[in-house]
Formats: sequence, structure tokens, C-alpha cells
Amino acid sequence: MSEAISEQKASVIAAIQIKDLRKSFDGGKDFVLNGVNLEIPKGLVTCIIGFSGTGKSVLLKHILGLIKPTSGTIEILGKDISGMDMDQLIKMRTRLGVLFQYAALFDDMSVMDNVTFPIKEHKKEMKLTEMEAIAKKKLAQVGLDEKHFHKLPSELSGGMRKRVGLARALALDPEIILYDEPTTGLDPILAEVVDDLILETHKAHAGSTSVVISHDLFAAFRISDYIVMLDKGGVLLAGKPDDFLKSDNALIKKFLSKGLKQG
Amino acid sequence: MIRAWTDNRERINDAIDEQFKRVFKAMHKFITSCGATCIFFAQSLRLVFKGPFRWDEIIRHMEFIGNRSVLIIAMTSVFTGMALSYQIFLGFVKVNATNLVGPTVGMGILRELGPVLTGLMVAARAGGAMAARLGTMRVSEQIDALEVMGIDSKQYLVAPRILAAVITVPMLCAIFDFMAMMGAHFMSITVLGMDEAIFWDKIALWLNPGDVYQGLFKAAVFGVCFATICSNRGFNASGGAKGVGEATNQGVVNSMVLIIILNFFLTNFIRFFYVAMGWR
Repeated sequence: MSEAISEQKASVIAAIQIKDLRKSFDGGKDFVLNGVNLEIPKGLVTCIIGFSGTGKSVLLKHILGLIKPTSGTIEILGKDISGMDMDQLIKMRTRLGVLFQYAALFDDMSVMDNVTFPIKEHKKEMKLTEMEAIAKKKLAQVGLDEKHFHKLPSELSGGMRKRVGLARALALDPEIILYDEPTTGLDPILAEVVDDLILETHKAHAGSTSVVISHDLFAAFRISDYIVMLDKGGVLLAGKPDDFLKSDNALIKKFLSKGLKQG
Repeated sequence: MIRAWTDNRERINDAIDEQFKRVFKAMHKFITSCGATCIFFAQSLRLVFKGPFRWDEIIRHMEFIGNRSVLIIAMTSVFTGMALSYQIFLGFVKVNATNLVGPTVGMGILRELGPVLTGLMVAARAGGAMAARLGTMRVSEQIDALEVMGIDSKQYLVAPRILAAVITVPMLCAIFDFMAMMGAHFMSITVLGMDEAIFWDKIALWLNPGDVYQGLFKAAVFGVCFATICSNRGFNASGGAKGVGEATNQGVVNSMVLIIILNFFLTNFIRFFYVAMGWR
């Protein structure tokens, strides 16, 4: 494990660096994250995997600054966000794009309004036509047909909603794109389509970093350059997909045999 | 009796302990919740005065809180005015003081019933919807989505709602006052046959603009009160549809109880203020 990390450290710069991250929701009795040390390399697709309840979503919320850590630091693109105030966090978050598990589209806005919304908020000097042009480009990029642009999220299928959510996440051309369980609730064929979409998006946004939170091991092996496995609130193994296949750890072997069988 | 006490002493002690624990737990929960609401209010209030002012959002919420409440406010106020004037008439007729029905009804409506009933009606209608809407946004991660887009979710969602409520509830209260007085007029003059000139003359004699202003001031405070509580409950909802339902229920109930308690203190505060300023 340490070899894999040091090899990775030597070759790439970290987009996200987490040092000794600990989080407790009950005043220190029980730690959901218990000393996470992690470097997510810049420019690669990294997948964070683990069994349910291992702290994947809590880790994501820390990266997004939605939760303050009990102790430890989180550096995003070289800046420690754990001590940032709201104004600094707001500025930092414009450099991140997130696709939520169920897309989290604003249900009172049309597809077009959902995608133009972050542009309206952060690029006020832009004309509406320019904003709409960007939104159309992003929606086309995720493969959404123009006939859906004026529909409400409730009129779209699960897969389409994810596409709109991704287009919205890409609206401000973020440097880091995070995907929270992107294939949860989708059938295997659609899940594969979403995986391809992640890869295409990553290629289309040169230099961007993609972080996928998932328990879908098959997808992790398909799309990742780097995989991090969490267990009991800590990092069990971080490395290239091959490092996982070579690992002797019993838990990893169990996860691989179950996960790849399902895939 | 003593023997029964001695035999069951431990069980009785445990039962008393349990009751005390339950009461303290409830008190602790209540105090924590009050504290959280106060912090939420302070944070939101700061954002109300901090730009960017989202006028389109404020107007949208004003339309929702105000415009869509006019009908229920008008209906409840007319019937409240009629019922109140009838009851006061029945009381005053015994002491031959029916001339004072108008000012008594007016005072009751302008100072108390107008703001309180408006606050309660709007808290039930708009406050419930507010808590449900924000709760749904919370559990479906829409609030998280706002925040990760670099938008201050309280500034975007809560501040416009509070500002809209502060502006709109006094307007609704004014409508309530007017319609309730119309109801009282109809009941007193048309149904009970009182003299119209005496009815309005006594109102003009006994009431002053201060009675209207204090009612409107109370309504504005109640607006802040329900908008803050319901937004707070919705904003911090958790646990899916069940959590949203609980947040809505708690938001509406807490707002209503607080409006009634707050009314008592506001009445005393306003009276103290009027006396200190040397007004009637």
C-alpha cells in the first residue's frame, strides 16, 4: 500500500490532500472517519470505494466543505478549507462541480434554468443569450436532446436527470468534478452509459480531476486511474487498479470477489 | 397505604426518576431548539441586510405569502368581526352601553385579534408550505447543491422569505382589520339595528392611529417569527419524507404557540412604551 502511494506521490501532484481527518458526530465517542490520510492525484479519475457505512459520503461532504472536521486538514487545490469562513468557501466551491446521487435538480426550474443557474449566480456580467449558449453546449456534451430543455425535472427519467445534473456541474468549467454514487438506482446498461459519460467528460475537460464515490467495484475498475478503498473510517488501500488485484488483504479480496462477480 | 409505599418504594422512586428525566429531557430539547432558532435567526437577519438583494425572490415570496392568503384572511376577518361585535353587543346591552360596541370591537381587532389571527392564519398556510418546501429541498440534496455551487443557501432561501414575511404580514393584517370592521359594521348596524353615526363616531373618539400601528408592528414581528421558525425547521429537516412531515408539523405548531405567547409580551412592551412616551 505504502509503495503504491509513494509511487503515485512521486509522479503526480495532489488535487485533494487530506491529513489525519477525524470526524465524530457524538462528541468523540464514535468516529465515522478515524484518521484518514489521502492524496487524490490531479488530472486523473479517482474512485473512492468501500462497503456501506465506511464513511464515503461523509468524506465527500468534508471535501465539499459541507461538514467541518473534528480534527485534521483538507487541502483542495493547495488551499486548506477546514478553517475557511463562508465567503472563502463559496469562492473555493466555484472551482468544484458535483453530480449528486439523485442529481439534486431544482424541481421548480426547467432543465435550461437548472444549468444556467450557476452561471447567472457567478457570471453576472454575461448576457442571458451567452449563458444559454453555454448551457446548450454543456447539455449537448452530456447527450441531452434539445426537446428536453424546457421540461421540468419531474418530467425526466432518472438517467436524463443525471445528465442534466452533470451538465449543471460542468457549467462553470470546474477543476475538480465529484460524482456521488453516480450509478446508484440505475439499471446495468444505463450505469454503463453513465460510466462512459464520466470518462468522456473527463477527457473533454482537459486537466480536470474526477472523483467518483461508489460502491460499484466493476465501474471503479472500468473508469479509474486510481482507487481508494475506505474501511472502518480509514484508508485501507490507495493505489492503481492493479495494486488491488495484487493485494493479499482478506477484506479487499472479499470485496473484489463479491463486487466483480456482481459486475 | 404506608405498607404499600414501603413495599413498592423502589418502583415508585424509579417511576418518579423516570418522570423527572423525561421532563428535563423535554426542557433540554426545548432550550436547545430555542437556542438553535435564535442562532438561525441572527444568521438570517444578518443576511437580510447583506447583498445581493434578490428582489425577484422577495417578490415571489411576497406573492406567495401575501397574495395567496388574501382570501382566507378576508373570510376569517369578516366572520370574526361579526361574531365579536355580536358577543360584545350581548354583554353591553345588559348595562345599557351599546354605544361602546364600536370602539370595543375596534380596539380588540386592531390591537389584538387582527395581528394574532393574521399571524396564525399565515403561519398555518404559508409557514407550513415554507417548512415543507425547504425540508424537501434539504432531503433531496437541493440545498447541498446550492452550497456546492458557491451560493449561500441561507442568503438565497431564508433571507428573502423573512423579508417577504415582514413586509407582507402587516399588509394582510391591515386587510384583516378593514374587513373585520366591515363585518362588525354589518352585524351591528344591519343585523342588530344600532345607530351607524354613533357606531363610527365613538370609534373615531376612542381609537387613534396608534392602535392601528401597534397591530401592524405586532404583525411584522409575527411575520419574522413564523418565517424564521418554519424556515429553520425545514432547513434542518432530515430523515426523508417522515422528517419533512415532522419539520412541517413542528414549524407550524411552534410558530403558533410562539405567536400567542409573544403577543402577551408585545402588548405589555407596547403599553410600557406608549406610557413612557406619554401617549394615550
